[in-house]
Amino acid sequence: MEASKVIHAIYNDDDILMAAVKKVKAERYHIEEIFTPFPVHGLDKAMGLAPTRIAIASFLYGLTGLTVAIVMMNYMMIEDWPQNIGGKPSFTYFHNMPAFIPIMFELTVFFAAHLMVITFYLRSKIWPFKKPENPDPRTTDDHFLMEIPVDGNEEDLKKLLLETGAVEINLVDKAH
Amino acid sequence: MSSHYEAPIREPLVIGEKSYHDISVDVGAPVLGKANKSWWIVFTIALVAFLWGLGCIIYTVSTGIGVWGLNKTIGWAWDITNFVWWVGIGHAGTLISAVLLLFRQKWRMAVNRSAEAMTIFAVVQAGLFPIIHMGRPWLAYWVLPIPNQFGSLWVNFNSPLLWDVFAISTYLSVSLVFWWTGLLPDFAMIRDRSVKPFQKKIYTLLSFGWSGRTKDWQRFEEVSLVLAGLATPLVLSVHTIVSFDFATSVVPGWHSTIFPPYFVAGAIFSGFAMVQTLLIVMRKVSNLEDYITLLHIEYMNKVILLTGGIVSIAYITEYFIGWYSGSSYENYTYLSYGAATGPYWWAFWALITCNFIVPLTLWVKKLRRNIMWTFVVALVINIGMWFERFNIIVVDLSKGRTPSGWTMFQPTFVDIGIFIGTIGFFFVLFLLYARTFPVIAQAEVKTILKSSGQRYKRIRESGESLAGAAIDERTSGKYVSGEDANQTKNNE
Repeated sequence: MEASKVIHAIYNDDDILMAAVKKVKAERYHIEEIFTPFPVHGLDKAMGLAPTRIAIASFLYGLTGLTVAIVMMNYMMIEDWPQNIGGKPSFTYFHNMPAFIPIMFELTVFFAAHLMVITFYLRSKIWPFKKPENPDPRTTDDHFLMEIPVDGNEEDLKKLLLETGAVEINLVDKAH
Repeated sequence: MSSHYEAPIREPLVIGEKSYHDISVDVGAPVLGKANKSWWIVFTIALVAFLWGLGCIIYTVSTGIGVWGLNKTIGWAWDITNFVWWVGIGHAGTLISAVLLLFRQKWRMAVNRSAEAMTIFAVVQAGLFPIIHMGRPWLAYWVLPIPNQFGSLWVNFNSPLLWDVFAISTYLSVSLVFWWTGLLPDFAMIRDRSVKPFQKKIYTLLSFGWSGRTKDWQRFEEVSLVLAGLATPLVLSVHTIVSFDFATSVVPGWHSTIFPPYFVAGAIFSGFAMVQTLLIVMRKVSNLEDYITLLHIEYMNKVILLTGGIVSIAYITEYFIGWYSGSSYENYTYLSYGAATGPYWWAFWALITCNFIVPLTLWVKKLRRNIMWTFVVALVINIGMWFERFNIIVVDLSKGRTPSGWTMFQPTFVDIGIFIGTIGFFFVLFLLYARTFPVIAQAEVKTILKSSGQRYKRIRESGESLAGAAIDERTSGKYVSGEDANQTKNNE
């Protein structure tokens, strides 16, 4: 199944790229990957990518943070040392809850934000010593690169890509 | 294309004949080029100020808080004034990057990177004060609820000062990852443009191997949106919690339920003033006038006008409630008749002049679109907002409930030196940032180029298609179709 060669088709305009993606998809070719210098809106839909669930993850992380805050403050302020500090009621968590809200809120945000970002870095495989994987340095400037696997249909595919406005077509061994 | 419909009434946000490549070149230029003489001069001044402030901090910590001008009545003065001032300045950055993102304001894209940098650097300055104003800062780690050998002695979660610890550290860390995540594609652009091996290595490291896959972008945008959704309540909560330091007390003038929204409005007000101060200079020295346009300055002036109006309403409310409450103690609070005529009258009138009267000039369109005047107003607001915090803290403490405790506050050179030091430190960081970081979120600006660029607006209005309009001859050569392109370019 895994093709050993891929075609790198380079475009230099986002609108041309979008039209090209739609055409290539319509011809029932599989687009392996597209590298773009900026988010081209609607490209993920045109490629047929599933929507990301990272916001759901963030919500769950937020709930975790809220739980941590409540358990921590209930243990420290109510169970472990239920002291009278300035006449504040320390009999139950609920009695003193208004004073706990700021930290409940902050920890919810803290967990939701940081764990989501870490999830994003892990899922997208980006971290400090990671080697960049864009096949062409121009794809962070103003070029758009479409990667399509080939098996035997090279000539047809090339013709199709040129029709869609690709400015450069390279056949490369899929080494990375 | 229909996806690029834009109302003709909108003024362009990117001026000139820009292509995507031009944006890369313009944003990359300050990073890939060399610093000029004036940069080094300003950097040296900032560094000297920072080192002087560092000396003052070391002197304070090693000798004792008594080297400051605090007394037994006024236990907070310049330290917490500066703390609140710096935190407030930081808020505009998050407002621009988060709130304006939620409102889909395209003009934020040229200013958000620098505003966020300003946030981070300002919060770093703010973060110094809670530590150094402690009598025993080496025990500062006791504010953290860490299991310990004292039978596990915990902290008291009822104190707004502890809420501050959580609020500021959450704010700083979340702002940092928000900023950094947004920087990844821009670092990647610098990485792919740099030719010096060391520089390439550094930006490869900084860009975390960003490759710009569609799936990455999809997650990137979702993460940005969710972070903006989280940062918006965060930014409101942080200055709210800072205001609780005062509002939850029993001190007349501090005990006020208006403080949370009023402090937040003041924070955005002062923060935008600082953004104006910095960006008016930066657009000039970094040659970014085509991206940070007069329109951006005017929009920011409108936000200043709005938040300045909210702050002014709050002043009037405080003044009114001071009188309406019938409490005699309220006669000497920072916004009372007593303050206006008392020994701190100059601080009262500095506040009214700088925050209330001078910003009103921005209602005049000519002045709002005048860069020099904007710069002056922004500086005046920065001064005025410092006075607001000084008045709230010092004026209210100077005349408390018992007249036998009434006193005045006189800062010492150490108080002043530390403040100057934080300004120096702020500019050291900001100047380094301006030379090493892409100061405009180029990946984001590229997304609005076709909808809001001057050239594309013209093309659209002439009825032509925008497809292919972004092609740059310098990077692609002349557009050639079909077999020719294949023969010349294909090296297989």
